[in-house]
This record gives sequence, structure tokens and C-alpha cells, in this order.
Amino acid sequence: MSNFWSNWIIVLTMITLVAITWILLANQKRDDNSAETTGHIYDGIEEYDNPLPAWWFWMFVITIVWGVGYLIFYPGMGNYQGVLGWSQHSEHDQAVATAELKYQEIRESYLSRSVGEIAADPAVHRMGQRLFGNHCAQCHGSDGRGSYGFPDLTDSDWIWGGDVKDIKNTLINGRQAVMPAWQGVLGDQGLEEMTEYILSLNKQAQTTPSLISRSENFVMYCGGCHQPDGTGNQMIGAPNLTDDVWLYGGSKSEIAQTLRYGRTGMMPAQNTILSEAKLHILTAYVTSLRFEDKN
Amino acid sequence: MHDSHDIILKEVAPAEVGEVDLYQRRERIYTRKIEGFFQKIRLYTGWPLLVTYFGLPWLIWDSRQTILFDLPARKFHIFGLTFWPQDFFLLALVLIIAAYGLFMVTAIVGRVWCGYTCPQTVWTAIYMYLEQLFEGSRNQRIKRDKAPWSIEKFYRKILKHGSWLFVGFLTAFTFIGYFYPIRELSVDLCYIRVSAWPASWILFFTLATYINAGWMREQVCQYMCPYARFQSVMFDHHTLIVSYDSLRGETRGARKRTSKRIHSSLGDCIDCQLCVQVCPTGIDIRDGLQYQCIGCALCIDACDSVMNKMGYPPNLISYTSESTLAGGVMHWFRPRIVGYLSVFILMVTLFAYTLVNRTPLEMTVTRDRGELFVKNTNGYIENIYTLHIINMTNATYRYNLSVENLANAQLIGNREPEVRAGEDLHFSIRLKVPPDTAAPLNQVIFFNLEAQTNMELKTKVESRFIRPEL
Repeated sequence: MSNFWSNWIIVLTMITLVAITWILLANQKRDDNSAETTGHIYDGIEEYDNPLPAWWFWMFVITIVWGVGYLIFYPGMGNYQGVLGWSQHSEHDQAVATAELKYQEIRESYLSRSVGEIAADPAVHRMGQRLFGNHCAQCHGSDGRGSYGFPDLTDSDWIWGGDVKDIKNTLINGRQAVMPAWQGVLGDQGLEEMTEYILSLNKQAQTTPSLISRSENFVMYCGGCHQPDGTGNQMIGAPNLTDDVWLYGGSKSEIAQTLRYGRTGMMPAQNTILSEAKLHILTAYVTSLRFEDKN
Repeated sequence: MHDSHDIILKEVAPAEVGEVDLYQRRERIYTRKIEGFFQKIRLYTGWPLLVTYFGLPWLIWDSRQTILFDLPARKFHIFGLTFWPQDFFLLALVLIIAAYGLFMVTAIVGRVWCGYTCPQTVWTAIYMYLEQLFEGSRNQRIKRDKAPWSIEKFYRKILKHGSWLFVGFLTAFTFIGYFYPIRELSVDLCYIRVSAWPASWILFFTLATYINAGWMREQVCQYMCPYARFQSVMFDHHTLIVSYDSLRGETRGARKRTSKRIHSSLGDCIDCQLCVQVCPTGIDIRDGLQYQCIGCALCIDACDSVMNKMGYPPNLISYTSESTLAGGVMHWFRPRIVGYLSVFILMVTLFAYTLVNRTPLEMTVTRDRGELFVKNTNGYIENIYTLHIINMTNATYRYNLSVENLANAQLIGNREPEVRAGEDLHFSIRLKVPPDTAAPLNQVIFFNLEAQTNMELKTKVESRFIRPEL
């Protein structure tokens, strides 16, 4: 990259400084003979050329000296960084580092206590709310009730387990869910039947849970992950198909789409993004969400 | 033709063209002390203002300082009212009204602000009093300054500058006390544990007061203050100014004490130079209206005292107007003043009205933008909102939150938020509506917030509800 613009600034600045100094000093003396006025006449109004106070002159000199000093120590002369090496980036980084030290100390004071203990603490709640807003709300919604493809964290339905250790594990290591596509295996007719069966699982679960009839196909294809009775397996993130909570929609067409094309869901791992203390506080916050007033 | 008695004239060439330094050292002004009617007025206006300035921060209102400009917390407490940054409009209005009031007063009575109430004048007067106390009268001071250094001169200077620094310190300390609780500050001072920022500001203002009132004095009025320069725009022929009646006073000159006034060919001015000696800006008012004249009326009091001694009528220098001097009549009410006054009254009314009617409650609504809308499992459409509710009163309130203009809407979340005094509560809620193909895709809605115990305390904020195409 050429240094033209940097040199341009340097030259302009130097010329200006020299010019200002020259103007200041060149006007120090005036011949006694010359007129008392500046010589300009505007609509008959003239202007005296009165002496300026010496203190004003010296303040001007001080500002010029200060200006030169500033340009030596701080950036201003083109690309020159200045003796002190100050930059906006470093100032920002320093401010962030100072803040981190201060707030990390506060956060880490909660590490010694269990999640259950600190979940009711209003300070933890506020910190958790802000952490959630910064890192989780984009997918799970600012109220944590989720949306299409992103679970509702305020209900009691947990795909990967709702215990404190499970939630913490989810946060730290993330989750990768895979629902295979069954179009090839089942075919159109098979898909239609399977969709009906899954819908009926829900209805039956609501009325007579003990009389859940089994489809052979279901047990063969789906039971490995979702359990033969369809209640799901939290170890591998297979949802409970008998409750009325659907991550990708519970209408017939949406269930059919899930079966036909499969799904992949990903919860990103936060251990590279958030510190242990932050994760501890977040876990407490997430566990407290299910107790919030639902109205 | 030569006569032995003739004096031979020798043509002497003019001296080498002297040069005038355009940056001149200022000539020190030694003011002479004078008493009189207007100086009494200055005491009656000055003292109450000083007592107010120094006393106000010490008053307590409802367990906090009566006047406190709490910059870190971004709240200005003035008596019973607390102003938040959202009330900045009121502050701007106050400043505009104050400036406008100044222009109006200047147009009517000239530079009374400068002469009687400007802090520069008041503090310079205090410093001049201390100078007179420690270094003596005008003539004594001139003599002492010319004299070589001695122990006595040294002590006098030390006392003077010491007292100046002390007054400067008290001023600075009080000034910081408007921004930082003054009682705490005074305790900190006694234990010498003032923290860095207040300490450096106190030091700064001490020095600033000392330099401005002790050294700069009239230089501030002459070179720094813009008010002096635009006086010519605000004055007209009926504005009250300090002026010398030259028709009466000229031709000036000394005369025998016993000479009768009527018989004298001289004017009333005896050229005693008292008016020049008392002037704090160092001008001669007999030269006419000048921008340096701050209207302090010291020259009026000086001249009146001399006129009194001479047995002449007073008011050779007086508060008058150009039209009066020209032989005309001074009009108090002229179109310009009527105009100023009506606008001023209008602005003050507007300010009072705004102040009385401001709602110390604010709500901001931020729609979640991660997802434009959410279609839940039952086919219902949901939008998520983050609300900030700021309670700017001094009491805790519980509010009712509701939605307007959204048919069949359900509000999921806290419908009765409670916000403490001065708190900014933020939380998220969700609006849920059944699918409706007739409704607009981007609909204007309103959130209503009303205090449960005070129906006057309410606010309404517009937002949007977005649906998918079905």
C-alpha cells in the first residue's frame, strides 16, 4: 500500500503548523506610522487595529507547543503511531480486559455454590437474563419459549434431559440431533400410515395410555431411538412422540415432512464461547425459567 | 533676517520610526474604593446570591441533597423533582428561556447582569476587597508595588494571595458540592481521603477562580465574554446605559472652589479623574458608550460624591438613555420590548405546562428480530417483545400491561409488572393470536401501561405484529 495519503497528511499538518506560527510572530510589530485602523471599510464601518493582550499571545504559543508535543506522542501525523503507541483498538481491548477482571470476580463467587442454591438469587437471575439475551435469545427467543426448530426452555419437556447436569452438559458440549429420512425405506404409502400412527399415539396417550397399540413398522424402524412405546430416549435426543410438544410442527403435513426428509438439529457448544462461571450462571437461569409465571 | 533675540530653530528629524508591539502587556488597573447608592444596591443583590450559592448544597430534602446533579447516575435532583436524561428537553428549554430573558433585560436596562450579578464581577469585587484589606488604598498600593521588596511587602502579598486561594478553594469546594454530596465531601476533606476525581476538580476550580478573579479580572470582560460584544445589537436609544452628560459637563476643567457655578464658563466636570480611578475595566466613561463598560455604576457614585462636595446637582454621570441625552423622552414600552416580553411569557408558560404535565413513566418496546414471527404447534402465530419499563417517580408502582388493536390476542408473560422507584425493569413477553387470513401481514399495535393505583400514570407505545403468509 502506497504511503501517499499518509505523507499528504504529514505535509499538510507541518505546513499548517509552520504557517500558524509564522502568522502569529509576523504580526508582532506594526509601524507606528501606519494607520490605527485595519484599512477595511464595510458599509462605512471601520475596524481598529488594537494590540492584543500578551497573555493571549502566550496562550497561543502554548497551544502550538502542545500541538507539536501531541503529534509526537499520539497518532496524527499520517500513519505514524506516536511514541506512546496508543490506538483505539488497544484502548478498547484494555477496557474490556479491565471489565472482565472486575465482573469475572463477581461471577466466580457463585461457582462454589450449586445451581439449585443460586437459581433463586435475583442477582443471578439478572446476570443470567443478560447472558441469555446476548447468547441464546437469537434462537430460543428473548423469553426462552423457543420457535420452530428451537426448543421451548420454559416447559417441562426436555429432549436431552432437564436435570441440572443434563442442561449444563447441553450448554457446555452442545447437542447434535439427527432424525433420518424415511422416504426411501417406507415409500409414500408407508409414510402415510406412519404419520397416522404417530398422530394416534398422541390421541391415545391423552385418553388411555395403557392401550397403546403397536405398529410393527414403528417398533422396527423407530423403536430403536424413540422406544417401542414412542416415549423417546433422552440419552440420544429422541423426542417423546406421545406428548403434544413438537419441535418441527405437529400438523399432519409437518409430521409427514419430518418422516419423509428427516431433521438435523444443532445446539452449538458454548464452552469455547463462555467461561465456566458464565455457564454456571446460565444453567441456573435456564433451570429457573420453567418456574416463571405462565399467565 | 537675524535678530540676536531670535531663537535659532533647528530642524530635528523625527526619531527612528518606533514599532508598536501588537501583543501588549496589560497595564495593571488600581481601582479606588468608593461608596454610594449603587454600591449599596450591589450589596443587597450580591449577598443574597452568595448566601444562596454557598448555602444551597447543604440543604436536605427527603434524605438526599436538595440540589444534586448526579452525573454518574444521570439524574438531576432539584427540590422535589428528579430529572432523567429523557427530560433533557426541559433543560434545553430552561437554558433558552434564561438566554432570552437576558436579552430582554439587556434591551430594557442595559448590562445590569454584568454590573451586579455576574460571578466574574462578584468574585472580582470580593478579591478587590481582600486586596484593599491587605495592601491598602489605591495610592498605597501603587506606592507599594513600585517599592523594592521587603519583609513587609512579602507578608502583605502572601496574605493577599493566601486569602485569594482560600476563597477560591471555598468556591471550588461548593461548586463540586453541587455534583457530589457536599456533606460526604466535607467529611472526606477532614480525613484527607478525597478520591481522585473530586480532588482534581476542586484543585482545578480553585485555580480557575484564583486566576480569573485575582489576575484576569477585566480581561475576561474585555476579551473573553461575548456578551460585551453583542451589546450593540441589543441596545437601542431607549436602553438604560451609564453615561456622562457631556452637554452639561463640558468644557471640563479645574476651577476655584469658591467660583460660582452660574458664572463659570466651564462645564460641571472638574476633571478630578475619580470616575477613571474607580473604574474596574479601566476606561474613561466620558469618552462615551464603550463595550468595556459593565454598568457597575462606580463612576456614578464617585461623580455624585464630588458633585455633592461641590454643591452641584448630582447625575452628571448617571443611568440614562441616548434619547434622554439627546433631549428626548425615554420609552420603556416600545415594540421591541413588547415583542420580547410576549415571546418570553409564551416560553415560560410552555415550560411550566410541560413540567407539570410530564409523565414520569416510560416504556420502550423492542420486537425480537431473530424470527419475524413464530408459528407454534397449534398453528397460532406468536411475536416476541422485550419491554423496558422505567419508573421515574420516587415510589414503587405496579402496572397493568395490555395490548390494543390486535384481535384475539393473548399476552404470555408478566401482565402486572412491578417496578421500583428509579428502576429500569426489562423482561420479555409474547403475543399469541389464532391464524387469521384476513389480517394484515404487518399490523400496527399498541402496548398500554397503566399504574394500578394511579390512572394518570400511563403510557402507550406503538409496535408491530408480523404474520406469515398463510
